[in-house]
Amino acid sequence: MFIAAAAAILVGMALALVRAALGPSVYDRILAVNMMGTKTVLLIGVLGFLTGRPDFLDIAMVYALLNFVGTLAVLKFHAYGSLAGPRSDADDPPSS
Amino acid sequence: MTKAIALGTGLYALWLLLSGYWDDPLLVGLGALSAIAVAALAARLHLIDDEGVPLGRLPRILAYLPWLAWQVVLANLAVARAILAGPRAISPTLAVVPCSQKTDFGRMLYANSITLTPGTISVDVGPDAILVHALEAGGIDDLEAGAMDRRVRAVEGP
Amino acid sequence: MDLVTQTASWLALMGGGAFLILGAIGVLRMPDLYTRMHAASLVDTMGAGLITLGLMIQAGPTLVAVKLGIIFVFLCLTGPISTHALAGAAMMRGEPPRLTHDRARGKFPGPLGQTSPLPPDLLGHDS
Repeated sequence: MFIAAAAAILVGMALALVRAALGPSVYDRILAVNMMGTKTVLLIGVLGFLTGRPDFLDIAMVYALLNFVGTLAVLKFHAYGSLAGPRSDADDPPSS
Repeated sequence: MTKAIALGTGLYALWLLLSGYWDDPLLVGLGALSAIAVAALAARLHLIDDEGVPLGRLPRILAYLPWLAWQVVLANLAVARAILAGPRAISPTLAVVPCSQKTDFGRMLYANSITLTPGTISVDVGPDAILVHALEAGGIDDLEAGAMDRRVRAVEGP
Repeated sequence: MDLVTQTASWLALMGGGAFLILGAIGVLRMPDLYTRMHAASLVDTMGAGLITLGLMIQAGPTLVAVKLGIIFVFLCLTGPISTHALAGAAMMRGEPPRLTHDRARGKFPGPLGQTSPLPPDLLGHDS
């Protein structure tokens, strides 16, 4: 049963990878990577049950938070070119 | 002060649930210490206000969640049907949905509820309106009918 | 573990897996970024919810089930925020949505675009 669930998650991850490779815009890739992160959280949880080690859930929880922070960090980096936010001499994000 | 105590208690309950060490007095004491330290730091940073610890609204928020969960399930089925029907069946719509909430907290809850419900995404939030992208035009009609808006307004309180 | 809980857990896990795959198919199949985001939120809500529900039934009334519940709450809190940030960033940077009905034109506070892509000062924020 857990193997079937893990297989379903892996199929979903493969499809998300295809979208991340196809793009076309950087936002599509971020979306695909974010979705992949959610699936990774679920996969870690299912794997914990599959191997009989529910301690994996702690790792899944940390991954859920890291996935959120990582998505926001990539978006901010893409918008401003640095993680510190807009430069003081150019308050508007540069129009690419 | 009540809010700081509530925050500390909540943090300590979360610590107990996550750690699972309930019989070692040293660890339990250290957990209590860290919960108290975090609550004190948050109080010093003036983070404990009506938005950070919405204590008075908590019962109303908890009463709102089951209804929201049911809406999310219904919207999930609708979006799943749209995905199976294919790209030609959808009608992507961008619309401005008015919101009646008075506080930032109310608008935050409303915009998050809109985004959590599949099929509608709040793109941007203004003072009295939210820019919403919907997968199907019917999603905008449902929002404009105002059931969710009224419920969030009720959660917000007077 | 008796038959009823096993069946319920199996149904929840399989339903969750179906929603995960459906969401991924939607992300592949939908025509533009914003419609893909709707498909992705399927994974965040129903897919994650059903999978954690199935695992919680397996775990029984233990701390493990509480931990699964907390993971689901985290996903529910963070999912909409990253979706909203992604949509806002894409719209501000001029990724035009492909629409069949545009009911927002000229109505939102600020000079909402005569043409897509929308201008950056969409909201009448401080900029």
